[in-house]
Amino acid sequence: MKNDTIAAISTALGQSAISIVRMSGNDVFSIMKTVFKVKDLSRVDSHTIHYGKIIEKGKSIDEVLISVFKSPTSFTTEDMVEINCHGGPFVARKILTLLLENGARLAEQGEFSERAYLNGRIDLTQAESIMDIIEARSTHALALANKGLDGKIYELVQSLRNKLLDIIANIEVNIDYPEYDDVEQLTDTLLKPRIEVLIDDIEAVLKKADIGKVIKEGVKTVIIGRPNVGKSSLLNALLREDKAIVTEIRGTTRDIVEGEINIGGIILKLIDTAGIRDSDDLIERIGIDKTRKLIEEAELILYVLDNNEPLSEEDEQLLTLTEHKKRIVIINKIDLENKIGRSFDNSVQISALKKTNIDTLERKIESLFLQGEVNVDERTYLSNARHIAAMRQAHQHLKEALKSASEHQPVDMIEIDLKTAWETLGEIIGESAQSTLIDELFSKFCLGK
Amino acid sequence: MYDIIIVGGGHAGSEAALATARMNKNTLLITGDINYIASMPCNPSIGGPAKGIVVREIDALGGEMGINADETQIQMRLLNHSKGPAVRALRSQSDKKLYPERMKNIILSQKNLTVVEAYVKSLVVDNNRIHGVQTQDGKIYASKAVILTTGTFLNSKVMIGSNKTSQGPENQKPSLGLSPQLERLGFTLSRLKTGTPPRVKRETVDFGKTQIQPGDSVHRYFSYYNKNNYDIDAQHPCYLTYTTEETHRIINNNLDKSSMYSGVVEGVGPRYCPSIEDKLVRFNDKPRHQIFLEPESQFTEDIYIQGFSTSMPHEVQEAMVASIPGLEQAQITKYAYAIEYDAIDARMLWPTLESKIVESLYFAGQINGTSGYEEAAGQGLLAGINAALKTDKKQPLILHRDEAYIGVLIDDLVTKGTIDPYRLLTSRAEHRLLLRDDNADTRLMEKGHAIGLISKERYRKYTDFHKQMHDLKMRFKNIELSPTPKVTDVLKTLNSTSLKDRVTFYDLIRRPEIKAIYAKHFDSTLDFPNEIFERVEIDIKYEGYINKARKHAEKLRQQEKITIPEDLNYEDVPNLANEAREKLKLIKPLTLGQANRISGVNPSDVSILSIYLKSNKNQNRVIR
Repeated sequence: MKNDTIAAISTALGQSAISIVRMSGNDVFSIMKTVFKVKDLSRVDSHTIHYGKIIEKGKSIDEVLISVFKSPTSFTTEDMVEINCHGGPFVARKILTLLLENGARLAEQGEFSERAYLNGRIDLTQAESIMDIIEARSTHALALANKGLDGKIYELVQSLRNKLLDIIANIEVNIDYPEYDDVEQLTDTLLKPRIEVLIDDIEAVLKKADIGKVIKEGVKTVIIGRPNVGKSSLLNALLREDKAIVTEIRGTTRDIVEGEINIGGIILKLIDTAGIRDSDDLIERIGIDKTRKLIEEAELILYVLDNNEPLSEEDEQLLTLTEHKKRIVIINKIDLENKIGRSFDNSVQISALKKTNIDTLERKIESLFLQGEVNVDERTYLSNARHIAAMRQAHQHLKEALKSASEHQPVDMIEIDLKTAWETLGEIIGESAQSTLIDELFSKFCLGK
Repeated sequence: MYDIIIVGGGHAGSEAALATARMNKNTLLITGDINYIASMPCNPSIGGPAKGIVVREIDALGGEMGINADETQIQMRLLNHSKGPAVRALRSQSDKKLYPERMKNIILSQKNLTVVEAYVKSLVVDNNRIHGVQTQDGKIYASKAVILTTGTFLNSKVMIGSNKTSQGPENQKPSLGLSPQLERLGFTLSRLKTGTPPRVKRETVDFGKTQIQPGDSVHRYFSYYNKNNYDIDAQHPCYLTYTTEETHRIINNNLDKSSMYSGVVEGVGPRYCPSIEDKLVRFNDKPRHQIFLEPESQFTEDIYIQGFSTSMPHEVQEAMVASIPGLEQAQITKYAYAIEYDAIDARMLWPTLESKIVESLYFAGQINGTSGYEEAAGQGLLAGINAALKTDKKQPLILHRDEAYIGVLIDDLVTKGTIDPYRLLTSRAEHRLLLRDDNADTRLMEKGHAIGLISKERYRKYTDFHKQMHDLKMRFKNIELSPTPKVTDVLKTLNSTSLKDRVTFYDLIRRPEIKAIYAKHFDSTLDFPNEIFERVEIDIKYEGYINKARKHAEKLRQQEKITIPEDLNYEDVPNLANEAREKLKLIKPLTLGQANRISGVNPSDVSILSIYLKSNKNQNRVIR
């Protein structure tokens, strides 16, 4: 067991120039192969550094430097990589999530050191501190686990598991009591729609998980508009006070998130605020390609128009460019005459200077991400990277089960992936006992000779 | 002086005695009545889901049950035939008269094996080590090891209605002295209960009102390489009928008269084998329950009423039976009864089934809390093998959970224990796809050969068979098929779609509708037995799933490789949670993997233990 592959963010969370994601174990290089396409790291020399992009589904997440350490000359004595990515918790967490989805397991506290000790890399005195950590873990593990797990999430996962368990128990009864005629004999055709329903359920949860992520990690936001339409005043209006919540880190041009505004429960992470403050002319300053890239990265576009000016060609161009994104068109300067001569979906009319309708804009942002249906305080979302990764894995297993069902495989083969999905979901809430299944059999069905 | 004494001649005792004798140990089997050797006091069948695979495993290890069932069957059925290969399981209706008779003859003619008819009064224990047994007539038999396979006989009580008598199954005497002694030695005993249904006279049953359930129309065998061609048409069918509203009314009106509900019963009954009154109480919305009528023997008139176990008084049983379609006029030949007996807490055993308290004292079968002939036989075989290996100072044989259902069974018993009588289910095996009915030989025959229970001749058949499997796979890889009209035509007749690219027949088998035997359409020179085609088909068709399962199993095996000294003092391990420490002290797991499976031992406790073990590498390691 000790050689399964673990990963974790090794640098402190918070703003920093770079973050390091560390991974150790047998599958390090095969996992890297799926997320890092520049070269096969299993073939490079140990103790070398490699530049390239981390890729998720063909899309680049970040430019990184990867340090490669090969077994046995690494800290843990296992194969290891350290991914140096951009600072701030967002990028690192995204990379970590990606590694977890591809087969790594989130390292427990102190686990890299534990391995280093177990594999004879560090001695007992060094290891004593690890014992302390583990002691703390055993005493508080349950409390911590419970804390990390909202009751609502527990219910949510448990209801999914129960639905799965119904199907699994049914199949098990079919197998262990083949002559028992009181329970439906499940077939691939009967199974298919039932698996599909579960897949839909999990997809809904994953969609909600995105909301959870929004609450926890914030929304990458970019404010766009032609010069002098009022972008700076909008920013100030949103900030409400002149307090410097917008934190700028100079000299780190690789950092994209430059500041945060808290609106209700949502944190807007502003991208390239420099564009607003320096020249007030984004396109002119950085060129259309960079703008395009910014738009691509943004999760929310605040597009600012001057109520008092007709739309320019530039506006039309940018409006088309941002059409497919979550976008709010902000028509500023409504105290002046309307010369735009056009209306937009998802638009708010404000006066940034006079602070008119700023609250309307805020509510609009909220409703766009929370879809008006969720109360931020309830926190019924999966927001933990490990939980989301487990949920995605469960989703993957259900897809496999559906595939097997479509290929008319025997039910007990289809059940293999259903069981794995059930167990994976159990990992989220810390339950995976085989005995549960057997109890289920006997409580539900009247079996026996 | 004997090497090994076996107490009890049931299914566990028979396998244990044969195994030790065949491993050249001077063996004594003590049993109350030789005519009850391997008798079948409950259902007249062997095998079924999970259990049938156990029988195959016993056969592959060189035990007797498989061949005995083959030789005495009156019907064979492969269950779950339409499901995947991992869950298929063979079941026989066994002739209740022939099965014990044949086993008795095998045992009586076995070299190195002496049989004595007696009841054991006490164990001879000195300094926590067994030295032999004393029988009720005062005789002392000395031995190096003793295996207790007393089944349901320990302090057994038979219950019918409000009557409770001190008696063993089938009107035999109970065994009374051992329980108190075991308790004095430090064993924890529990009280278990089971029951058996009434039997009726064949000629008084109207089978016309039931559904017939015939045996399979192809030859089936538990034992590997068995070529005994029995007469398919001579098989005896079973019959299906149902309880009625009237049955339920009678039972509900008389519930207070049942032993179960009149407060007579103290033992815990099996969840999977409830009495009919239990079924009614727990599932009162069900309008009817299935009842199978099974012939017990070609030489007796008894029909076993499966699904109708009860502890009602005789007159109520008569009314109940008469309320079932087909049984209106049926005459009861044996009344149903419930039986209560003592079992030990199997967590006091090592995975070799040797007790932790008394050295060289082994336990197997129902005394360990299990139920079922097959579960008993599997344990008996392993207890016998390990007792024999120990007297030879050889390494023990411990089957892992990914190796055999017998491994799952024993690991569950010694690691988790059981509250109600334990039955094997396929659901208990996490590596089901590796533990198939077809591949028990691949899993175990090598081991059976190594310990001397599989003869040279049988082993040669095994290697020949596997060479043929390998050859056929190679042939399949060499049959190359192109999308020609001729191939398309053949595929069409096989209800398969045409090819897009060139493939080998090996790859084509992955299509669900393609059977290995279809290869003959493309290569008429393939001359292999059907069995070879079937086995090869499973290997190829489910290769992907099987590889996945194997990878999973290998991952779990890592923890099995980290051994824990059996004399480890858990008080010395810092930071363990209290519950974990207590459980570890009781169970004394032999590997980190086993520790991980103990309920109440958390992953953090396992990490602590693992670190402790690594830091105490020099410590002595006693390996069982």
